[in-house]
Amino acid sequence: MAEKKVKKEKIPRQPMPEQEPDVRRRNFKEVPLGYSKELAMKEAERCIQCKKPTCVSGCPVSIDIPAFIKLIKEGEFTKSVRKIWEKNGLPAVCGRVCPQEDQCEGVCILAKKGEPVAIGNLERFVADLEREQGSGELPPKAKPTGKRVAVVGSGPSGLTVAGDLTLKGHDVTIFEAFHKPGGVLVYGIPEFRLPKEIVFSEVNFLERLGAKLECNTVVGRIVSIDELLEQGYDAVYIGVGAGLPRFMNIPGENLIGIYSANEYLTRSNLMKAYLFPEYDTPIAKGKNVAVFGAGNVAMDSARTAMRLGADVVRIVYRRSREEMPARAAEIHHAGEEGIEFYLLTAPTKFIGDENGRITGMECLKMELGEPDESGRRRPVPIKGSEFQLECDMAVIAVGAGSNPLLTQSTEGLELNRWGYVITDPETGKTTKKGVWAGGDIVTGSATVILAMGAGRAASDSIHQYLTWGW
Amino acid sequence: MFEILKRQEMADGTVVLNEISAPLIAKKAKPGQFVILKANETGERIPLTMAEADPKKGIITIIYQIVGKSTALFKSLQVGDKFQDIIGPLGKPTHLEKMGTVVCVGGGTGVAVMHPITRGLKEVGNNVIAIIGARTKDLLILEDKMAAASHELHVCTDDGSYGHHGFVTDVLKEVLEKEDVKLVVGIGPVPMMKFVCKVTEQFKVKTLVSLNAIMVDGTGMCGCCRVSVGGKTQFACVDGPEFDGHDVDFEELMQRLQAYTAEEAAAYGKYKGECKLA
Ligand SMILES: Cc1cc2nc3c(=O)[nH]c(=O)nc-3n(C[C@H](O)[C@H](O)[C@H](O)COP(=O)(O)OP(=O)(O)OC[C@H]3O[C@@H](n4cnc5c(N)ncnc54)[C@H](O)[C@@H]3O)c2cc1C
Ligand SMILES: Cc1cc2nc3c(=O)[nH]c(=O)nc-3n(C[C@H](O)[C@H](O)[C@H](O)COP(=O)(O)OP(=O)(O)OC[C@H]3O[C@@H](n4cnc5c(N)ncnc54)[C@H](O)[C@@H]3O)c2cc1C
Ligand code: SF4
Ligand code: SF4
Ligand code: FES
Repeated sequence: MAEKKVKKEKIPRQPMPEQEPDVRRRNFKEVPLGYSKELAMKEAERCIQCKKPTCVSGCPVSIDIPAFIKLIKEGEFTKSVRKIWEKNGLPAVCGRVCPQEDQCEGVCILAKKGEPVAIGNLERFVADLEREQGSGELPPKAKPTGKRVAVVGSGPSGLTVAGDLTLKGHDVTIFEAFHKPGGVLVYGIPEFRLPKEIVFSEVNFLERLGAKLECNTVVGRIVSIDELLEQGYDAVYIGVGAGLPRFMNIPGENLIGIYSANEYLTRSNLMKAYLFPEYDTPIAKGKNVAVFGAGNVAMDSARTAMRLGADVVRIVYRRSREEMPARAAEIHHAGEEGIEFYLLTAPTKFIGDENGRITGMECLKMELGEPDESGRRRPVPIKGSEFQLECDMAVIAVGAGSNPLLTQSTEGLELNRWGYVITDPETGKTTKKGVWAGGDIVTGSATVILAMGAGRAASDSIHQYLTWGW
Repeated sequence: MFEILKRQEMADGTVVLNEISAPLIAKKAKPGQFVILKANETGERIPLTMAEADPKKGIITIIYQIVGKSTALFKSLQVGDKFQDIIGPLGKPTHLEKMGTVVCVGGGTGVAVMHPITRGLKEVGNNVIAIIGARTKDLLILEDKMAAASHELHVCTDDGSYGHHGFVTDVLKEVLEKEDVKLVVGIGPVPMMKFVCKVTEQFKVKTLVSLNAIMVDGTGMCGCCRVSVGGKTQFACVDGPEFDGHDVDFEELMQRLQAYTAEEAAAYGKYKGECKLA
C-alpha cells in the first residue's frame, strides 16, 4: 500500500550526522551519531523493494533486507528489528562494523546508478532504538532439553551460538579467557567505533535468556575440552578467534614503543588505558606514530594514537590505496582526522636509542609487480630507495595468526598447516566428536558477520546432534 | 570467589602474602606457574607466581613485593576482601626430573617463586642445595620453608647482617666448585639472574631462570611479554616463564621492564597522595 503512494522524486542517500573531524580526533566518543526517526524513514523510502533483492545475496546471513526496511518506512521499528533478529542477533554491532560496501550495499541495485541504500545505517538505527527504548521483552524460548553446551570464547561467533542454542532450550555456558566478554568487539574495536555498552547489553540479553558466562577461564589451562566433555557437556563449540599477533621479523622489533596492534588496542580498549591514570594500565602516548598495515586493525590503531595526543600519525603500507583492506568508512574517517598515508613503503629495520626506545626506522619504497596468490599486485622493493623516517612509537597491524594455546592442547582436533581448525564448512563439525568450531579460528582473521554466520551454521548442526545424534 | 582468607606481612612490610580462595585454579596449578590478578574495575592485570597451591582446600598463595601502584593496592586488601579477577594457571610448569644434585638460587621476592620449585625438585628425588639471599636480614623471606624444601640451605645478605656476608653468586661458585651439579635454577631480580648465569656458564651447568616480563593477557595474544632467547623472540607467558638462562638477552629484558617507568611513578605518586588524604 504505502509503496504505491510514493511518487518518484529522487531522495539522495541520507548521510548520518557525525562528530566534526577536528573535535573527534581528540576524543573517544562514537564518531557517527545515528539517524533520527525522520532521517531513517526518509532513507528507508529510497529502497525500491526489489522483487529479487540482490542486497540479500550480499549479506552473509541473508537478512530479509527489503522487509526490515519496509517496516522502518512504516514506522514499525520494533517489528523491523525483530525481522533482523531472525537472522542476526547483533544488528547494532553489524550495522556499525560490517564492510557494507563489499556486502549488502555493494550489490544493492541502486549502487549500479548511484548510491546504495544505507542498509548498515538503518540496521544500526532500529537496533539502537530497540536497545534504548524497546520493551526489553525476551523472545519465546523452547522448553529445557536437559542438554548442556560449552561455548569457548565470547566473540561474535561464540555469542551467536550461545544465543541460538539457549533459545532452543539447551543449557549453555560460555567460557571466556579475558575478564570481560565480547572478544574483538571489546578488546580490539575502539569505543569511538563501537561503544562497549552495546556489546555488554547484548551479553546481558543472553544472560537474561539464561546463558551462563564464566570469565577468567582460559580453556586449555584451567580446564581442557576433554574435561568439559567428561564433566557432562554434550557439545563444545570453539570460537576462540585468531589471537596471535604477527610481527614483521625485522631488526629492532623489541624496542620499547613498538606494539603489536593486539597489545596496543587491548591496553586502550579492554584495559581503558586511554583513561590512565584513572585506570591503572599505562600506554605510550607517541607524538610521532607509525602504524604498519592498512586493514581495520591498522585504522583503529592509528585513530587511537591520534586520540591519545599524537602530532603525526602515519599509516605505512607496502601496497597502494586500492589494495587497502579496511572498510571504506574507516579509511575515509582516518583521512579526515589527519592520518597520513605512506603507501608503497615497507620498513626494513627499527632504530633505537641507548635506552632501547624507538627513535625511527629505515624504509624501502616499493612498486607493484605481478599479481600474487591473493590476486593483488605484489609489492616489489625499488633498489636503492632506502630512506629514514622518524617516529617515537610504532604499531604493527599486519595481521594475526592462530593462537595454539587451546588447539594444540586438544587431542583429536585436526588443524591445517597454519594452525586453524579444520571443519566441515556446512556444519562447523571438527574432526573431534562432539566438538564444533567457527569464526576466525577456522577461517583466519575475517569479519564479525562471517564469524556469526559460522556460529549460526554450527548451532543448527549442534541442535541437530543434540536431537538426533552425530 | 577470590576471597582473601589469610594475609601476612613479611620483610618489614615490603612483602605481603595472601592466601586466596580459588578452587579451580588450585586444582590445576603446578610449580612454576603463575596467575594474573586484577583487584578492581579500574585495576591493572598483574602477574604473580603461585608460591603454593592446595587443591584440597582450594587455596592458592601469592607472595608479592610492593613496588608500585598495583602491588600497593593489593597490599591494602584485607582478609575477607576479594580480588575481582584471577586468571590461571598460566605459563609452562617447571620440568621436574630426577637429575642428581641441583642448586636453587633465590634472591629477594624470587625466593617465593623458588620455593615450590625447590620442593618439587626434592620430591622427585634430587639432592637439593638452596641458596637464598636478600639485601639485609629484615628483608629475608621464607627461610624456614626453604630449609624444609631442600637438603642444604645457604643464606646470604648483602650487608652481612645475617648468614653469609655477600651475594648468592659467591656461594653458588663455591658449591659449583665442590659438587657435581646437574642443574641450577636462578630466580630473583634480573641483574641477579644475569650474574647467576655468568657464573654457571664458566662451569657449563645448565641454568633455568624465570623471566618477569611485563604482561597483559598472559595467553600469547598480545606479544607484550616478548623476550629474546637464543636470538629468537619468545613470549614469556606461554613459552616460559622459565628459559635456559644462557640464551636469554638480559639487557633487552632490563630495558623493556623500564617501558613505563614515568607512568608508573606518576600513578604510584598519585595513589600515595590519595591514601594520605583518606
Ligand atoms: C581491531 C580490529 C578491528 C576489526 N574491525 C572489524 C570491522 O570493522 N568489521 C568486521 O566485520 N570485522 C572487523 N574485525 C574482525 C572481527 O572482529 C573478527 O573477525 C571477529 O571478531 C571474529 O570473531 P570470533 O568470534 O571468531 O573471535 P573473537 O572476536 O576473536 O573472540 C574470541 C574470544 O575467545 C577468547 N578466547 C581465546 N582463547 C580462549 C581460550 N583458550 N579459552 C577461553 N576463551 C578464549 C578470546 O579472549 C576472545 O574473547 C576487526 C578485528 C580487529 C582485531
Ligand atoms: C610471570 C611473572 C611472575 C611474577 N611473580 C611475582 C611474584 O611472585 N612476586 C612478586 O613480587 N612479583 C612477581 N612478578 C613481578 C610483578 O608482576 C610486578 O612486580 C608487578 O607487576 C608490579 O606492579 P606495580 O603496579 O606494583 O608496579 P609498577 O610501578 O607498575 O611497576 C614496577 C615494575 O614492575 C614491572 N611491571 C609493571 N607492570 C607489570 C606487568 N603488568 N607485568 C609484569 N611486570 C610488570 C615493571 O618492570 C616495573 O618497572 C612476576 C612477574 C611475572 C611476569
Ligand atoms: S549484517 Fe552486515 S551484510 Fe548483512 S545486512 Fe547487515 S550490514 Fe549488511
Ligand atoms: S537491492 Fe537495494 S533497493 Fe533493492 S531491496 Fe535491496 S536495499 Fe532495497
Ligand atoms: S602477555 Fe600477552 S603475549 Fe604474553
